Amino acid sequence: MALMEKPLQNEQGQGADCPKETVIRARDLDLVFQTNDGPVHALKDVTLDIDRGDFVSFIGPSGCGKTTFLRVIAALEEPTGGEIMVNDLTPDEARRLRAYGYVFQAAGLYPWRTIAGNVKLPLEIIGFTREEQEERVKKVLELVDLEGFERKYPWQLSGGMQQRASIARALAFDAEILLMDEPFGALDEIVRDHLNEQLLKLWERTNKTICFVTHSIPEAVYLSTHIVVMSPRPGRIHEVIQNPLPRERPLEIRDTPEFLEVAHRVREGLKAGHGYDG
Amino acid sequence: MNWLFGSIAFWVAAWALNVWLANSPWRERRAVRIAIPVIFGISILVLWEGVVRGLQVSPVVLPPPSAIWARILQSFDILWRDFVQTAIKGAVSGYVIGCTAAFLTAILVDRKPFLRRGLLPIGNFVAALPIVGLAPIMVNWFGFGWESKAAVVVAMVFFPVLVNTVQGLSEASEMQRDLMRTYAAGYWQELVKLRLPAAMPFIFNGLKVGTTLALIGAIVAEYFGSPIYGMGFRISTEVGRLAIDMVWAEIAMAALAGSLFYGLVTLIEKWVTFWHPSQRG
Amino acid sequence: MTGDWMREKVLPVLTVVAAIFALWYGAAIWMNSSWTLAQAERAGKTLTFTEIVKDTMSQSRPKLPAPHQIAAEIWKSTVQKKITSKRSLIFHGWITLRATLAGFALGTAIGILMAIAIVYSRTMELSLMPWAVISQTIPIVALAPMIVVVLPKIGIEGRLIPKAIISAYLCYFPVLVGMVKGLRAPHREQLDLMKTYNASGLQSFLKLRLPSSVPYLFTSLKIGIAAALVGAIVGELPTGAVRGLGARILIGDQFGNPMQIWAALTCAAILAGLLIMIVGLLQRITLKRMGMAE
Ligand SMILES: Nc1ncnc2c1ncn2[C@@H]1O[C@H](COP(=O)(O)OP(=O)(O)O)[C@@H](O)[C@H]1O
Ligand SMILES: [Mg+2]
Repeated sequence: MALMEKPLQNEQGQGADCPKETVIRARDLDLVFQTNDGPVHALKDVTLDIDRGDFVSFIGPSGCGKTTFLRVIAALEEPTGGEIMVNDLTPDEARRLRAYGYVFQAAGLYPWRTIAGNVKLPLEIIGFTREEQEERVKKVLELVDLEGFERKYPWQLSGGMQQRASIARALAFDAEILLMDEPFGALDEIVRDHLNEQLLKLWERTNKTICFVTHSIPEAVYLSTHIVVMSPRPGRIHEVIQNPLPRERPLEIRDTPEFLEVAHRVREGLKAGHGYDG
Repeated sequence: MNWLFGSIAFWVAAWALNVWLANSPWRERRAVRIAIPVIFGISILVLWEGVVRGLQVSPVVLPPPSAIWARILQSFDILWRDFVQTAIKGAVSGYVIGCTAAFLTAILVDRKPFLRRGLLPIGNFVAALPIVGLAPIMVNWFGFGWESKAAVVVAMVFFPVLVNTVQGLSEASEMQRDLMRTYAAGYWQELVKLRLPAAMPFIFNGLKVGTTLALIGAIVAEYFGSPIYGMGFRISTEVGRLAIDMVWAEIAMAALAGSLFYGLVTLIEKWVTFWHPSQRG
Repeated sequence: MTGDWMREKVLPVLTVVAAIFALWYGAAIWMNSSWTLAQAERAGKTLTFTEIVKDTMSQSRPKLPAPHQIAAEIWKSTVQKKITSKRSLIFHGWITLRATLAGFALGTAIGILMAIAIVYSRTMELSLMPWAVISQTIPIVALAPMIVVVLPKIGIEGRLIPKAIISAYLCYFPVLVGMVKGLRAPHREQLDLMKTYNASGLQSFLKLRLPSSVPYLFTSLKIGIAAALVGAIVGELPTGAVRGLGARILIGDQFGNPMQIWAALTCAAILAGLLIMIVGLLQRITLKRMGMAE
């Protein structure tokens, strides 16, 4: 992954033996919303490459366009300028090929379906066979530690479990790219730590490409291979920080000097991008 | 006079019992929650009986419940026939046709946001109008049989169900629809798997309103012409003959029919929308 | 903004109204043409299409009068009649309006009082609420003829009161439900705050519960006023009334005069619209004054 505007950024680990495959390629993306109070420049000149298997966090104050960028990737929003390709396809073509597993801040499970039924939903829509549906549901529920809750309804589960179910739903059809928009934003810190740990394991096992929006610096540093620091008005990328931490990350790593050093860089980046206003 | 004071005493005692029950530790129990209104209802019936007997109210003004009950037992055949004619043939058939038509219209309208924006305010307005007034016209168009009653009922239930369904279909949150888009779900998939289930609580609101309207429509339409049976027909002729006990017997039947109809739809609602917060408690 | 408002709100409504009129005209031609054709056959004439259309729109007793015929009938029986005349729809509208307003006032009062009782007494809630729901499943029209016949026997004369009772019966329930919701709208914390002030029950009712219920009340009143009008007309229909919009429908039916029925129905619709608009206006003014407007 590289930020094209700053080609000088050190790109360690870009070893010769393992050629990186770019999954998402954005060039000079612009997106202007026309609102009643005039135009809002949600994204300006966003240029970014995301490689297969990257875990990319987006961090920045509210309104800097994190959500909008994810929505553009998923073809839920049409950019007003620039270019974006996903596996050399347009986002909409990639959407039709079911390349995306989207996880929102709210779990958004259907209250009229059981947990298993919710995870099955995308599988039904895509048209998997019945046996395969059952099989996949079982597998992903195990992956998120929810076996035994298949027949419960979402409203019978805690917020953290609901969010895990919604991640399972996103994983069920083996989407290549996981788009997660503040998935743990509404949860308390203890649950959040636990889910962060699980998410890392999951990523390691599945080797998916993950785009992860967060407000929390430690979360970003703990999870990602790359941290994209964004700044508002207009929403743009201020800096891309490559995370030097090893892939193996126990929770305790957050107390090491290396970790704090990266966190410090992110904080400085946010400050420099006028990230803290108020 | 014994009747009067006795019944008043009974009512007071029943009320006291209810006060006690309602503040007792078992007040959240299902049985108690049913017992309290039942006790209240019985106490009202006793009070009614006692007042009518005690004050010797003329049966032409207000017959006692016991006389009404005797009349129901005596004239059960007539009452049953009237019930079938009005409640089943008139109200239920019209209700089914009207609700189905409204539902299908709502699905069509929903595809065009322009139509929806246009129809929703108008539908809301029409739903508030005294559509029963169409009764004589429907009798003129469709004759004295049950068809004209069903037609009035169709006109009466159509708009409440339409409006509620259209509104319900836009209930699914933006996020849930976006999710469907990321699955590249087609229109019908989104409709069947997301928007219809999400709309069900609203649809049932319309359906419940419809049950009452259906009976009102079927009965009023009979006032404007009917074969020589049917609840509306019976009520208007028996009122003319001052056979008030028979009128009350019909009213009791109508009340029973209305409550059963409403209760049935509520039961189906409970079953379909078990997941909705209002049904979970 | 205004352009948006036109495009988003007004234009769709106008389009649908236009479509309804078009359908109506189509239906009028279709439904009335059989009579036209039968007449022509009897006279041994063959009619062109335009002749048929023309005739279907000018029959004096059409199956379905065209909108302009109804408009003409209304014009004839409002503007061209003295207000006191028995043929004036304004006169009949006034009769119905009186019963509607009386029933509305009665129903609203009953609804509010019951709501207060239910919110403050568990016994009341548990005893009354189920019966209130059941009362609405009973087709009130079944009672209407009897109320009209029986009330004079116990010394209540005139048709206003029976109609008002039926109106009130239909109108009290939405008010009751809305008020119960409204009186229960204050949060736990707001009620606790009142307790920390050591406010009396009456004080917290007047200063917290009652004001909180106003938005809910007005929403219910809009439903209630429409229900009251339905009640007044239902009270006139099956009871041999001779005055009121419902009576016009009845008499129109007895004398086989569909135009009169449609004119009365249209007036009832206009009246309903006006009443809902007035309550809506009161709602906006009140909420604005109370600082609760959206
Ligand atoms: N559908 C929309 N219409 C108008 N403005 C929008 C819309 N979506 C987002 N915006 C605006 O675009 C900017 C970026 O929003 P968003 O991407 O949600 O920010 P973030 O997720 O970083 O908090 C904000 O100023 C927001 O108000
Ligand atoms: Mg956001």
